[in-house]
Amino acid sequence: MKNYEVVIGLEAHVHLLTESKAFCGCSTKFGLEPNSSTCPVCLGLPGSLPVLNEKAFLYAIKTALALRCTIQDLIKFDRKNYYYPDLPKNYQISQYDMPLAYDGAIEIESQESKKKIRVKRVHLEEDAGKLMHEAEKGVSYVDFNRAGIPLLEIVSEPDIRSPEDASAYLVNLKAILKYLKVSDCNMEEGSLRCDANISVRPEGAKSLGVKTELKNMNSFKAVRDALSYEAERQIDLLTSGEKIQQETRLWDEAKGLTIAMRSKEDTQDYRYFPEPDLVPFTVDKNKIDQMMRSLPELPQAKKKRFISDYSISDYDASVLTREADISDFFEATIKTYNNPKEIANWLLGDIASLLNARKVSIAKTRLKPGHLAEMLELIHSEEISGKIAKEILPEVFEKGLSPKEIVRQKGLKQIKDTGELISIIELVLKENEKSANDYKAGKKNALMFLVGQIMKKTKGKANPKIVNDILKNMLGGK
Amino acid sequence: MHSKKAISNTAKSCLDRIGAINEKLNAIIYIDKDKVRRSAEEKPSGIPVTIKDNICVKDEPTTCASKILENFKPPYDATVIKKLKDAGFILMGKANMDEFAFGSSCETSCYGPTRNPWDTKRIPGGSSGGSACAVASGEVPMALGSDTGGSIRQPAALSGIVGMKPTYGRVSRYGLIAFASSLDQIGPLAGNVRDAAVLLNAISGYDELDSTSRDVACPDFTKSLENDVRKIKIGVPREYFPEKGLDGEVKGAILESKDILQDLGVELIDIGLPHTEYALSCYYIIAPAEASSNLARFDGDQYGLRKDAKNMIDMHLKTRTAGFGDEAKRRILLGTYSLSSGYYEAYYLKAMKVRTKIKNDFLEAFKKCDVILTPTTPAPAFKIGEKINDPLGMYLSDIFTIPANLAGIPGISIPCGFTKKGLPIGLQLLGKPFDEETLFRVAYAFEQNTEFHKRKPNI
Amino acid sequence: MPDTNPIDKKTVEHVARLARINLSAQEIGLYKKQLADILEYINKLNKVDVKNTLPTSHPMGKIKNVFRKDSAKKSLPVEDVLRNAPNKKDSLFVVPKIIG
Repeated sequence: MKNYEVVIGLEAHVHLLTESKAFCGCSTKFGLEPNSSTCPVCLGLPGSLPVLNEKAFLYAIKTALALRCTIQDLIKFDRKNYYYPDLPKNYQISQYDMPLAYDGAIEIESQESKKKIRVKRVHLEEDAGKLMHEAEKGVSYVDFNRAGIPLLEIVSEPDIRSPEDASAYLVNLKAILKYLKVSDCNMEEGSLRCDANISVRPEGAKSLGVKTELKNMNSFKAVRDALSYEAERQIDLLTSGEKIQQETRLWDEAKGLTIAMRSKEDTQDYRYFPEPDLVPFTVDKNKIDQMMRSLPELPQAKKKRFISDYSISDYDASVLTREADISDFFEATIKTYNNPKEIANWLLGDIASLLNARKVSIAKTRLKPGHLAEMLELIHSEEISGKIAKEILPEVFEKGLSPKEIVRQKGLKQIKDTGELISIIELVLKENEKSANDYKAGKKNALMFLVGQIMKKTKGKANPKIVNDILKNMLGGK
Repeated sequence: MHSKKAISNTAKSCLDRIGAINEKLNAIIYIDKDKVRRSAEEKPSGIPVTIKDNICVKDEPTTCASKILENFKPPYDATVIKKLKDAGFILMGKANMDEFAFGSSCETSCYGPTRNPWDTKRIPGGSSGGSACAVASGEVPMALGSDTGGSIRQPAALSGIVGMKPTYGRVSRYGLIAFASSLDQIGPLAGNVRDAAVLLNAISGYDELDSTSRDVACPDFTKSLENDVRKIKIGVPREYFPEKGLDGEVKGAILESKDILQDLGVELIDIGLPHTEYALSCYYIIAPAEASSNLARFDGDQYGLRKDAKNMIDMHLKTRTAGFGDEAKRRILLGTYSLSSGYYEAYYLKAMKVRTKIKNDFLEAFKKCDVILTPTTPAPAFKIGEKINDPLGMYLSDIFTIPANLAGIPGISIPCGFTKKGLPIGLQLLGKPFDEETLFRVAYAFEQNTEFHKRKPNI
Repeated sequence: MPDTNPIDKKTVEHVARLARINLSAQEIGLYKKQLADILEYINKLNKVDVKNTLPTSHPMGKIKNVFRKDSAKKSLPVEDVLRNAPNKKDSLFVVPKIIG
């Protein structure tokens, strides 16, 4: 049997994080009353005219620069003409033959090795409204709140060779966009969407196979699953001697398969032409250079730096640098408590669990780098045990109180005073004479039990090491 | 000249005049008389002005004289309307027009044709025919029109009044229902040059809602109304005086006008605008292409006419088929064709390049002269129905006005004579970009030294 | 630019479909002829040498673009948005289903 190679290109659509829409002043807020964030411009009412949102444009340029694209000398917009009820003017303001930027790249790690996925083009356009269908009544409902939200389309070359790489590409793209703070990339709210082109060809073949276009993938997992399914479907077809139909297919998440979209009756002919309501313009080269210089450190570079500067593992560095919030928190903590490995463990362990459970980003919580540093310092100086630290963390997280303060208020400080510990231990031995005798008789496990009883009595505050020493001493066991 | 006071008295007399003659002329297609009376009382010195039906007036029907926009009331005012309201003008309803401004005769309106007050068997010109007729017949002292290929200047010429297309970008297009976005411009029609200047003063200026409006200084145009044109250089392009296709009487009147201006002290210069003969072809690619896209939104989804059907495509098809008239369909088809894949480069891209040549012709010419003088139209008003089945013949009546739209330059048409049958003839003056002042100055001097603008139709 | 008349019945039908307009057989014939006449006239442009000419998509050419500052303004009241709607429900526009 022949081996097949999978060839994938991705088309990501990203909502830019502007306050107002691309061509009018309506709010971009999600979840408002239907059609309450609309005006003559985004409704496409006769007579209305678009005016470009400066921030949307700057965000687009910023993204393009971070993706190492070349910026077009002359910026122009085009109209893409097609009829659809979610498209108020029946044309979309987009960019056709001269995308805002082109020829960039995103690096991914593919099976331990680095791989460059070329970015073919980046262009700015407006989003369409939202359609809701009610099949029984034979009608659809239209909400234009989303119409006109600035949308950045990022198209890769067909350089991706596996569903896993496709997912890695998206993860890295998302990380970059979030670092730049140009998008919140929320797939559930549709602020990051992705379509894919996929084909397969016998290994070693030069020319590309017939491709299908996949839509309706609403999570990274869906992208991976849909592409895996589709690759397998195509290979099965070819091995059984059948042909692949060039078509658009929808991912059905529930059934776990792709379904051919009922082909539109019409052949697509978008009749692109220059948007006459917007004047072509040039971008100041100096301004671009300046934007280039002021780009933040991007995830790839930061990861490399973390590994070399802080001697943390490749894996830890990857996860820490995926979100700028986390990597910033990490570095801020290091400034006052210089033990990167410990900080990473907490960030990727207990803190990550708290964040996941609450579905918030660390910047939006009351936990500050100073808190974490202080807590680690308390552990380090044996003021509290790691166990106590784990217990107080949620409180620091919720209330934003200093760990020291919580320890003080609750009297959680470790008991290290030998005299105090001896009297507690004597009491426990008296209450558990049998275990004490067991230990003396050689049952080593009895010691664990006794330590447990002491910890229980001291609510976990006794210093376990000192307790151990005293206990062994008192019981005289060797 | 009109003092503000003198005009103010006319708001109510305008209503009387409209009541008396509008049925015969069909110039005004919508007016709320009570509203007019109320605003005349609130604004006793307000100047009455009629608005072409493709300019959005909040909560008033704005239909582009098309069935597809029946009952459409915009929820917003066009920028020019806001400006007129703020400046205390009194809005006198909506004026008839060719459907979506597609036409040169005002015959393609869904409300029926407007008639020329000089001869009611004839067309008033178009597409701003209702605006021109309302002014010429004395229904209103001034009106707003829009000019995509001559739609202000041509009806002004054929109706014997003044009409100006300002420089592209001088007046905001926000709220003007687009025909061809890169060519459209709103402008004034009035009984005399001063009123045209007064109205342009009120509507011009940069608008942050229109990316194509220019942030340039707006002079007071009435200040350029000087009866002195000495040393102004006027170019006369030979291409606008062809052997064939220019009516003898029109040609005679234009040549006489040239002499009048020479007597007033202007310097006449022979010039060439070599790409003139391609302007009409160029226009009939660009304008319908843009129109086909601009008119795509009229599909019955959100507003206007909807013809029910069981699915989206059928609803769109039925609505548009029932809603658009023949000329609108013709232009939409032509524009769709020239943009469709395989033809874009041959037609649209080529036309945009020829447009560059036409524009450059003017820029070259304006190195030698300040103003260019031409006939506004090749012939006086034709009869209603005469050209309705001859689209190409109809298009040719804009042959002298179209180049200014392609180049974006300003142009004015003023009365300069009458045919033996008593039909008005218009003189067109074209100016440098954003130099409407010189046009007003020459037009005013010509008017002050002639009597044509004083003749009124007998209606 | 094509020298011969490129407009046939199929082309008119295709273009009408793209433009969402139904044409009767008679109209197809009429528009075929009229569009052909217009295109023949338009073919004049073939005579112009534009080899080294840049297209003008906008009469004022390359100018500094007008940008809008990114600040949210008041939107239209929902009643105004829906006032002209041929069919509406709650605050939504109602349109016939897409396919069927």
